[in-house]
Amino acid sequence: MPAMNKVFQSDWFSRLVDTLLPVFATLAALVLGAVMLLLLNVNPIAAYTALWEGAFGSSNAFAETLVKATPLLLVALGICISFRGDVINIGGEGQMIIGAIFATWVGLTFTGLPGWLVITLAMLAGFLGGAIWGGIPGVLKAYFRVNEILSTVMMNAIAVQLMNFLLSGPMIDPSQAELASRIPQTARLLEIFRLPRLIPTRLHLGALIAVMLAILVYILLWRTTLGYRIRAVGQNPHASRYAGIKVQRYIVLALLLSGAFAGLAGATQVFGVNYRMITDGSSSGFTGSAGFNGIVAALFGQLHPVWSIPASILFGALLVGANSMQRVVQVPSALVTALNGLVVVFVVSSEIWRKRRQRKRQAIVKQENESPPPSDERQAIQMEGT
Amino acid sequence: MISDLFSFTVLVGILASGIRLATPYLYAAIGETFSQRSGVLNLGVEGQMLLGAFAAFYVTLTTENLWLGVLTAMFVGALMGLAMAYVTVNLHAEQGISGIGFFLFGLGMSDLLFQKLLGTVETVRGFPEIYIPGLSDIPGIGEIFFSQNVLVYGAYLLVPIAWFVLNKTTLGLKIRSVGENPDAADSLGVSVIRVRYFTIILGGTLSGIAGASLSIALLNVFQQNMTSGLGFIAVALVYFGAWRPVGVLGGALLFSMINSLQLWIQVLGINVKSEFAVMMPYVLTILVLVATVSRVRAPAALTKPFERES
Repeated sequence: MPAMNKVFQSDWFSRLVDTLLPVFATLAALVLGAVMLLLLNVNPIAAYTALWEGAFGSSNAFAETLVKATPLLLVALGICISFRGDVINIGGEGQMIIGAIFATWVGLTFTGLPGWLVITLAMLAGFLGGAIWGGIPGVLKAYFRVNEILSTVMMNAIAVQLMNFLLSGPMIDPSQAELASRIPQTARLLEIFRLPRLIPTRLHLGALIAVMLAILVYILLWRTTLGYRIRAVGQNPHASRYAGIKVQRYIVLALLLSGAFAGLAGATQVFGVNYRMITDGSSSGFTGSAGFNGIVAALFGQLHPVWSIPASILFGALLVGANSMQRVVQVPSALVTALNGLVVVFVVSSEIWRKRRQRKRQAIVKQENESPPPSDERQAIQMEGT
Repeated sequence: MISDLFSFTVLVGILASGIRLATPYLYAAIGETFSQRSGVLNLGVEGQMLLGAFAAFYVTLTTENLWLGVLTAMFVGALMGLAMAYVTVNLHAEQGISGIGFFLFGLGMSDLLFQKLLGTVETVRGFPEIYIPGLSDIPGIGEIFFSQNVLVYGAYLLVPIAWFVLNKTTLGLKIRSVGENPDAADSLGVSVIRVRYFTIILGGTLSGIAGASLSIALLNVFQQNMTSGLGFIAVALVYFGAWRPVGVLGGALLFSMINSLQLWIQVLGINVKSEFAVMMPYVLTILVLVATVSRVRAPAALTKPFERES
């Protein structure tokens, strides 16, 4: 079947496969998950049905999925920036925490100001807090050559302790301070300071902000000099240095911006979902591991801010669905954490095929330029290329 | 009271638990040293440790055979290492990110198995202390160095062995050359792929023991996410120790001694905010990385996948 062959070899088909690789990776992870479920004596179809129902079964369920997707998307946007700059930011958890602390402080301090103003200030404070917590490893990497993977992991641990300290001491809910139990939490935010809800569910304005920021980050990365330079440094720091780009400055900027978006994610969690900060002593107790899962979403979206939107919704759905799976078929939601890990491994592993096909495409183009094929065939190739 | 810290028994207690607490760091970080010296950054250590800790605990609980527990942990760690090796060596996957994937997998999987197979936190009778005849009777010294369990002794024994293998054997030379200049090593007939498979699987095996040392030798329980960042610190210790086993030992001891001090401060009820005490080792690690990293050079091929020029 020569016609079919032509389809398989054609440029658009190969690009389509590239785009769908993450989907295949997820399917592969779900299949492995089904095997695990079978080993645990659980009917995988029942489990996955419960998962689907929990995530998309009703408008409330879908709203919940979007609520969970919001911090993932915000973290993912930051990850798009830093990974494009070849800076591996594992510090999303800590950056979310610090952003949330900054924002909460604003919300609890300026109680006399109008709601819209405090919300705006609080979001900016969250952005700033995350930027500081991401900027420190950035400076350490750029000027002291400290591996950012390690420093961001350490910064996570430090942020958790800072949170535990503040929430059980200086920022503790005054009504808790007198009790013997002393639950480590802040006071509740005033009702006028809550992020407005979009529809009568828990879905809040943060989701909309995140989507708009996704478009802004796309513009930043591909339509501005700043974004161009971050990507250039990521692709080839040496060439960038020769081209006169101050490489160190852009390494710091990449991590700083990355942290800022995670900080904003933390701020929206407080102002849109919980209306206070509370800690169980761990980072995931506050973040729900969004700092890690945001990395998964960004990778899944091929480090593209706009593609990160559906990716975040998918992983938000997995997280929400996991809870309903736990309720209905008694499969611990930890299964989804394990599956997320597999998705990451599969997505990065499948890169090799994308690169191979890219190389093949380039080789074909090169061949064409060197020895022009007979005119009618060449026309056909050009048609496909357009 | 601060002065309580300086009594003889407390000092001995701090040092003895410091020596003991270094155990998981040593196994994991020495394993990581091998894989990094061959050019592979394995960030999945934490996940390997968690699965190893669970495997060791579960097998020990059901069979009451501690050594079978350790063996299972080694096997699980080796399997994780094998998967990591395939993904990074054959498929050239970005090492840092695939490591995060393996971490998440181990985190979720160990939690899942814990909830499905155990359900509640139970305890096992772990490895007992072995009192070395004669030496363990020396006041202070005996309690600090010669009254530990077998996995603790093993961890310290591993350091000179690792040093010897890396620096004095052909295998070590191959590992180092693959990490510094894989193309040259390849042209001299060293199989880059085989060496890296070996070091990554070895690293996984040792991470498995590191996990086992937590669940059946030091704490004797298994809990969700019980390593809480320990595996990542082990990776940091490799940088800290400048990719040398002795340096890793120094880092592990520094870290565990501070940790032990921190625990004793809490036990004695000294008025230091416990959050800051817990934070201390992390802050210190960053500071030491700042002080040392710019002076030592990482293996030249670290994180770079190997592809034969065609």
